[in-house]
Amino acid sequence: MSTSTDTIEQLATQEYKYGFVTDVESEIVPRGLSEATVRAISQKKNEPEWLLEWRLRAFRAWLEMAEPAWHNVHYPAIDYQDIIYYSAPKPKKQLASMDEVDPEIRATFKKLGIPLDEQMRLSGIAVDAVFDSVSVATTFKDKLKDLGIIFCSFSEAVLEHPDLVRQYLGTVVPHTDNFFAALNSAVFSDGSFCYVPKGVRCPMELSTYFRINAKDTGQFERTLLVADEGAFVSYLEGCTAPIRDENQLHAAVVELVALDGATIKYSTVQNWYPGNKDGVGGIYNFVTKRGKAMANAKITWTQVETGSAITWKYPSCILQGDNAVGEFYSVAVTNNMQQADTGTKMVHLGKNTRSTIVSKGISAGKGQNTYRGLVKINKGAAGSRNYSQCDSLLIGDRCGAHTFPYIEVKNPSSTVEHEASTSKIGEDQIFYLRQRGLSTEDAVNMIVNGFCKEVFRELPMEFAVEAQKLLGISLEGSVG
Amino acid sequence: MAVAEAHDLYRARFDALAARREATDPIWLAPIRARAMQRFVALGFPTTRHEEWRFTNIAPIAATAFAEPSITAVDRSTIAPFDVRGMSCTRLVFVNGHFSEALSSAGALGAGVRATNLATVLAVDPGLVDPYITRCASDEDQALVALNTAFAHDGAVIHVPARTVVPDPIHVIYLSTTSGAPTVSHPRTTIVVGDQSQVKIIESYGGPDGEVYFTNAVTEVVGGAGSHVEHVRVQRESLSAYHVANTQVRLDRAAVYAQHSFVFGGALARNDIGAWLGAEGIHCTLNGLYLASGTRLVDTHTAIDHAKPHCESHEVYKGMLDGASRGVFNGKIFVRLDAQKTDAKQTNKVLLLSDDATINTKPQLEIFADDVKCTHGATVGQLDETQLFYLRARGIGEAQARAMLVHAFASEVIDHVSLEPLRDSLESTLLTLLPKAALIG
Repeated sequence: MSTSTDTIEQLATQEYKYGFVTDVESEIVPRGLSEATVRAISQKKNEPEWLLEWRLRAFRAWLEMAEPAWHNVHYPAIDYQDIIYYSAPKPKKQLASMDEVDPEIRATFKKLGIPLDEQMRLSGIAVDAVFDSVSVATTFKDKLKDLGIIFCSFSEAVLEHPDLVRQYLGTVVPHTDNFFAALNSAVFSDGSFCYVPKGVRCPMELSTYFRINAKDTGQFERTLLVADEGAFVSYLEGCTAPIRDENQLHAAVVELVALDGATIKYSTVQNWYPGNKDGVGGIYNFVTKRGKAMANAKITWTQVETGSAITWKYPSCILQGDNAVGEFYSVAVTNNMQQADTGTKMVHLGKNTRSTIVSKGISAGKGQNTYRGLVKINKGAAGSRNYSQCDSLLIGDRCGAHTFPYIEVKNPSSTVEHEASTSKIGEDQIFYLRQRGLSTEDAVNMIVNGFCKEVFRELPMEFAVEAQKLLGISLEGSVG
Repeated sequence: MAVAEAHDLYRARFDALAARREATDPIWLAPIRARAMQRFVALGFPTTRHEEWRFTNIAPIAATAFAEPSITAVDRSTIAPFDVRGMSCTRLVFVNGHFSEALSSAGALGAGVRATNLATVLAVDPGLVDPYITRCASDEDQALVALNTAFAHDGAVIHVPARTVVPDPIHVIYLSTTSGAPTVSHPRTTIVVGDQSQVKIIESYGGPDGEVYFTNAVTEVVGGAGSHVEHVRVQRESLSAYHVANTQVRLDRAAVYAQHSFVFGGALARNDIGAWLGAEGIHCTLNGLYLASGTRLVDTHTAIDHAKPHCESHEVYKGMLDGASRGVFNGKIFVRLDAQKTDAKQTNKVLLLSDDATINTKPQLEIFADDVKCTHGATVGQLDETQLFYLRARGIGEAQARAMLVHAFASEVIDHVSLEPLRDSLESTLLTLLPKAALIG
């Protein structure tokens, strides 16, 4: 591809236009955070009184809290008064064709093998009628409606199903839970809501992709998923395509409620902008995710974390009912200057509860990867079982891998097993693959994918395929 | 007594001692002590808000006005339970923190080897400890180490010159006695082993049962290049006593160091063990066994710092918790930036024998180098059903089978001790402590 200097410059400046906002003055809540901000957000969203009250309670609790400092990530202090907490969905600049898209992003699309129409949609290009994803989504929505499944944006749910939202909101992650969760509770902009009625098996993987009116949910996203007795739902969050955002701080909250016998599978692929090679820019991602599993219920968290300058998240399971099952499968990649402090909490309260933790951390460049986990077996949790495995793979000699597994057991009939290992890609492994005609890069990809296989197996198929490719891209340039 | 008052108590006591110190301490020690006192006052007694003390509340230690014990003479029978029968050794005995010449005895030491006490060294030959004291155990962020530095006046000093094999093991016994009011002692042990030298050292702590006292021990070990050190710590304090010990080890090139720690006593026992692997080719082993019952709390924090390439560390810690006791284990392994080819293994196993026992364990790896092998494993549970079945299938009753398995679990750590008489002595102590040990024939 021949490109003149002119176009290169043009493209370089274009990057900053990406996700450009035109005239939004009137839709912005003034910079800073105060009760007035919280009230303004609530008002703009036409929220009922109880929700405003809840937000205010969260805000007051947040004022009393101190930003946590126990984590193993380092970043400059965040000025919470220098953030715009609400702006109406930004009208993205419509581009005329793929040529206008940042070439770096186009290259990534190509490597991920994303179909052209989807590439266009993700890049904000006006899609012609044939590829209209909205119509596809409508068909899906009708199908869900027939089964009684509610799947909509959070604001929509507040207006249309206030009773359900009120019944479950904050029951898993209370508004006083932690600094970032309290902040989210006070100022959350939007998110997803899903309710699967009793005994219903959701026939498809739900993802925000198919959600109508899935607007930019902004930096404070809130998701609430309720699976009623015996229901099954698989939910996909995020996507493999690179996402850039002007908001540096993200503090999302995800709450899962699995009532008796229900199953929730929650899969995440996170690929926010990690910043450049020197760590400039990049998203700070502080997420609180927690699920409550009642008797015989099962919650599975699967995550592939490749993006963000800072990842701070601990998807957890409260195994409240007897025989509840919690699972956590994670791949976290840190390259260049990325830092990740992630893991899970498994709190065993019910009898015969079981949990499995498989965490794979990959550090390359100057990346710092931390696994932080808690397995807590309470006195009443007789016959409970936990198996944890956290493996780290180091690529390069300037990166770090850390594990902080907390184990607290108060019941003698329970068994807890924890294993951890750290290793690097062996010269001999690479040599073996090189001999068979693979490039070093491909060899590393293959080895890394083998290392993560246990986690990818848990992802929905299409997601797994993309995640594998994504991993290759994230680690690009880290070997050789 | 509020915590602030506790500081005042130690501060006042420190000031009162100043005049006497001037007469006994070498000139270089005064600023070290003053600074340690200052650090202690600044840091205060750690609370559970402190990550390193999250599960261990030492408020009872801070709240008790421990008195300074007076020098008491005890007869030989008092140390008998803590002695190792049938082992020829050099014995250094300290009663309530003071050296007891009468109870100590010399074994075969070898030329130039010094096995003596700190008070004597400070008075006649302070140069012997000058380069080492506070060099391993830092007063900077450990309040109780600082407290020890401020007050320590006696303890064992073992100095082995280069290329010397010490034939007999050296047994250091720290004994606390009945004294009416709760007392505190700050034993300070300094062990310096020269290049290519070999020595086996046993550190025993003990006191009469039912007695309340506080032992705040600090041990510093310096292992020279190619030295071999076997270090056994046996803690058999009174079940009402408080025992806080900090052992810091610094090793030089190709040193081989093995520590076996046995914690049998103390109402509250806290053990901090740190090893700094500051050169290549070091082998470091930290093994341990702790038993707790009743409402006792046993806390072990180990930290192995791989600062240089080609070092190996092995760590096996086993715990058995009965009654409403609590166990805390935190095993840290650091692998620094250039410490390639590190091989670190850590295993932590805990048996919970009752419904009310609790364990908080946190194996922690922090790795900054890529060409390393690091593994850790932690298990918490009860006896293996299949092993029980195996024994029962062979006609062994359930109670006896359980007792056998519990015994086997614990004695694995004892097996690593190389001194046979000591192994026997530990084994018999174990049998008195294990539940239903009488069933093992």
